[in-house]
Amino acid sequence: MTSIMSKPPAKNSIVTVGAAGQASAASAEAPEIIRANGVSLYYGQNKALKQISLGIRERLVTAFIGPSGCGKSTFLRCFNRMNDLIDNVRVEGSIEIAGHDIYGPDIDVIELRKRVGMVFQKSNPFPKSIYENIAYGLKLHGTTQRSEVDKVVETSLRGAALWDEVKDRLHASALGLSGGQQQRLCIARAIAIRPEILLMDEPASALDPIATARIEELILELKKEFTIIIVTHNMQQAARISDHTAFFYLGELIEYDQTVKIFTNPGKQQTEDYVTGRFG
Amino acid sequence: MNRAALSSQTGCNPFARVHGDATSRIWTGLTLGSTLVILGILALILGNIAWNGLPGLSFRFLISGADKDMFDVEKAGVLPMIVGTAARVILMSLFVIPIGVVTAIYLNEYAKSTSKLTRFIRAAVNNLAGVPSIVFGLFGLGFFIHFAGGSLDLLLNPKNSEPVWGKPGILWASLTLAVMTMPLVIVATEESLKAITPGLRDASLALGATKLETIRKVVLPQALPGILTGGILAVSRASGEVAPILFTGAAYYMAHYPHSLSDQFMDLGYHVFILSTQSPNIDQTRPILYATVLALLLLTFTLNIMAILLRAKIRKGMRAGH
Amino acid sequence: MKSTAQDPAARWLTVRRGQHRRPWEWVAEKLIFCVALSAIIVVLLIFVFVGKESIPIMFGRTTSAAIQDIIRVEDFDTTSPARLRKYLDLSEQQYKDLDREAKLELMSLKAEAGKEAANDKDARVNTVAWRHLLLPYQWSGYDHPEYIWQPISMIHKYNIIPLLIGSLKATLVALLFAVPISLAAAIYVSQLASPRWREWLKPGIELLAGIPSVVLGFFALLVMATLFQNVFGYESRLNAFVAGIALGLAIIPVVFSIAEDALTSVPASYIQGALALGSTRWQAAWKIVLPAAIPGVFAAVVLGFGRGIGETMVVLMASGNASIMSASLFDSTRTITATIAAELAETVFGEHHYQMLFLLGTLLFAVTFVANMIADQVIHRLKKRMEGKA
Repeated sequence: MTSIMSKPPAKNSIVTVGAAGQASAASAEAPEIIRANGVSLYYGQNKALKQISLGIRERLVTAFIGPSGCGKSTFLRCFNRMNDLIDNVRVEGSIEIAGHDIYGPDIDVIELRKRVGMVFQKSNPFPKSIYENIAYGLKLHGTTQRSEVDKVVETSLRGAALWDEVKDRLHASALGLSGGQQQRLCIARAIAIRPEILLMDEPASALDPIATARIEELILELKKEFTIIIVTHNMQQAARISDHTAFFYLGELIEYDQTVKIFTNPGKQQTEDYVTGRFG
Repeated sequence: MNRAALSSQTGCNPFARVHGDATSRIWTGLTLGSTLVILGILALILGNIAWNGLPGLSFRFLISGADKDMFDVEKAGVLPMIVGTAARVILMSLFVIPIGVVTAIYLNEYAKSTSKLTRFIRAAVNNLAGVPSIVFGLFGLGFFIHFAGGSLDLLLNPKNSEPVWGKPGILWASLTLAVMTMPLVIVATEESLKAITPGLRDASLALGATKLETIRKVVLPQALPGILTGGILAVSRASGEVAPILFTGAAYYMAHYPHSLSDQFMDLGYHVFILSTQSPNIDQTRPILYATVLALLLLTFTLNIMAILLRAKIRKGMRAGH
Repeated sequence: MKSTAQDPAARWLTVRRGQHRRPWEWVAEKLIFCVALSAIIVVLLIFVFVGKESIPIMFGRTTSAAIQDIIRVEDFDTTSPARLRKYLDLSEQQYKDLDREAKLELMSLKAEAGKEAANDKDARVNTVAWRHLLLPYQWSGYDHPEYIWQPISMIHKYNIIPLLIGSLKATLVALLFAVPISLAAAIYVSQLASPRWREWLKPGIELLAGIPSVVLGFFALLVMATLFQNVFGYESRLNAFVAGIALGLAIIPVVFSIAEDALTSVPASYIQGALALGSTRWQAAWKIVLPAAIPGVFAAVVLGFGRGIGETMVVLMASGNASIMSASLFDSTRTITATIAAELAETVFGEHHYQMLFLLGTLLFAVTFVANMIADQVIHRLKKRMEGKA
């Protein structure tokens, strides 16, 4: 992992263009893995996202904030093309992951989703056992050997800080877990297939404060291995866990910068109004 | 407006029942009465049949074959009819359940709800549900027997002038019933597909499963009770239907069991029709008639109640899921 | 994470595999699509194969007239075999099997029959012409024009008006009995009953749909017919009234289910609004919910009508099956469906009686098709409106 930190600066010069250009030295060291160029999204006639351009850096936590209906979740779902599943959705502009345009004609969406994991707002474990929940993705992608599956189940559950709580009842129904445990199981399920990018759509919004704290800890831990993009309603949460923050309003990207800067010294009046709680 | 004025104005509890309420109570009573009348008639029919049918419904009656004289109270039995009815509904399920389930999957998982074609398919399904059963009988005769069966005969043995497939048979009766019950299976399956906890499909797709994998491994296992309900409803409906099989396969009398798909069969419902309209002496044959009706009702009702219970369970699950 | 050392672009290269890397998936999806089309195909096939048989009658290409031009026995050798075969009404096989003598014999028989029939003016009438299907005609021996359905007789009489009236009479009785009672029950169950009762009442009433129509027919024939005759004292035991009431029992679950669905789909906010203004539950149901759901109620009645006019076994067993033109509900009557069920077995494939029954089937299909379409549209709009406002 240290190899990335010591990448030659030439690489960095490419990635520091665009909206995130003002990023400070600390985060500029991480290379950009995702780049969105003028992304617009339409639901039928309605333009839900307006010309959004930004770059996401590797192995950092990027938070999307903004009032409900501002398009932050919609934008998040562009990164693994989950929006494709909705009728009448049209996307303009381009999103590149490591230089590959994921809306290009030769992209295999299934492979893309395998590489870009997602955790949803409402925990959605399959009505199967804990073990099978995690084995599901593995089997899909060809890991069928029992010992191998066992191993990944354990490491994923450990990775999601759930192992100690469930190791004695791996074959019990996942629906018997508490809300926070279910959400961590969903995280374990997502990381079991080794994605590089993890999208989180308000993962803690339905949880109590204690469970939320555990998820936040987990995110900080996961950051070492994954590039995380998290949509959140909770501004304290964004401030606590993210390195970069993007503020959306009415389908537009208002401001995108280092989290510290967004919360202490925002560049735009709208951002300041929102983070200080004057609206939204 | 002060408080004293208010209380002196009414002089009593302002929340007491108002007199105009009486009409409401009368009408409520009338609607309740209607509900009870329907249930009463239902109970009357079932009670009458059970009361008169039970004495005749002996074990011997259920397991003996039809005598040459099927109106002989001492010897008559319904086993060939039970076998025939069971065979035709099982055969029907083999056709209707796969087709119905796949259609429902298309409608709920693949089709764009706004597209013209989807609207068209749905309209066709609704229409099919309303086509009179006798018209299905005509269709079975015209399409399955004369067209499909006739062509099959030409293809298989062009020299033989005696039709093998181009005449009524159990295969054609089952296919006719399958066409008739298709909407039941489609509607029940779709209902259960809609009831699946939202988010499960997304979860699977986000893990990189294809749509088909998601349907096979996540959606279908969840929808199984609904599919079962649809299948049971179809079987229950089909096992009592007589009109569609009048010209497509039911036999007045057969000395042997059907042993080929092109054979005709004896049928429980058709037998009820024969016993009640062709009997030489209706008073004498009444016991076997009632016993046959009871056997038919037991079959369709057991299935129906099963379907209703399953469906109620699914609906409850759906409400909890949201 | 060994791969981190690589260039990220290379690591992510696997996402570029093209979209058609899963041929089975593609095939399966097309297959699913094709199966889904089966519903449409079946409806079309019904239209084609039931309609097809009746086309000759519709376009007046069938003739039922008993009299043909007589080919004289002397002309045997000058007539083409094909024409002769048709004239003698023989199949090709039969024609080949018969020797010359037998054919001549047949011809003279035919000529004789023809001469005899010529005395009866009715034998020249093509009874499957539209005029005779729909309008009254004064047959020889009758003193005024009449509507008669009498396919099994010397002169096949195919007037469909008595059957239409029979079907309408039975259905009308059924609707008059079933609609008010099912609507009232639907209002009670959906609006007035407590949720706990509701859970029992609804499936209870829907159980009625689980009784096969042949059992309803049996019950009407054996129990209701006798009971009603004793109560009302009319003459003919089986008639439109008994059949209609039994038919009503078949319609009740249809009307009830659809009306109940429509009433339940009215948003709870409407009812709460009315209750908050101090109206009783009944007033809310009658003045707010019912008007909002009236298209659904209409659809329920239309579908009930479709079910009634198409029901076979009940009317076949309980209506008496005499095709009499009569306005009285207590006369024996014969419906379209019962006619098809009772007569089809006696017909010869492709002959005019067979075609006639398919014409009746087509008529039935057309009527129920229109009823279904109307109901489908109405329910669709109602649902859209309710969801929009909910």
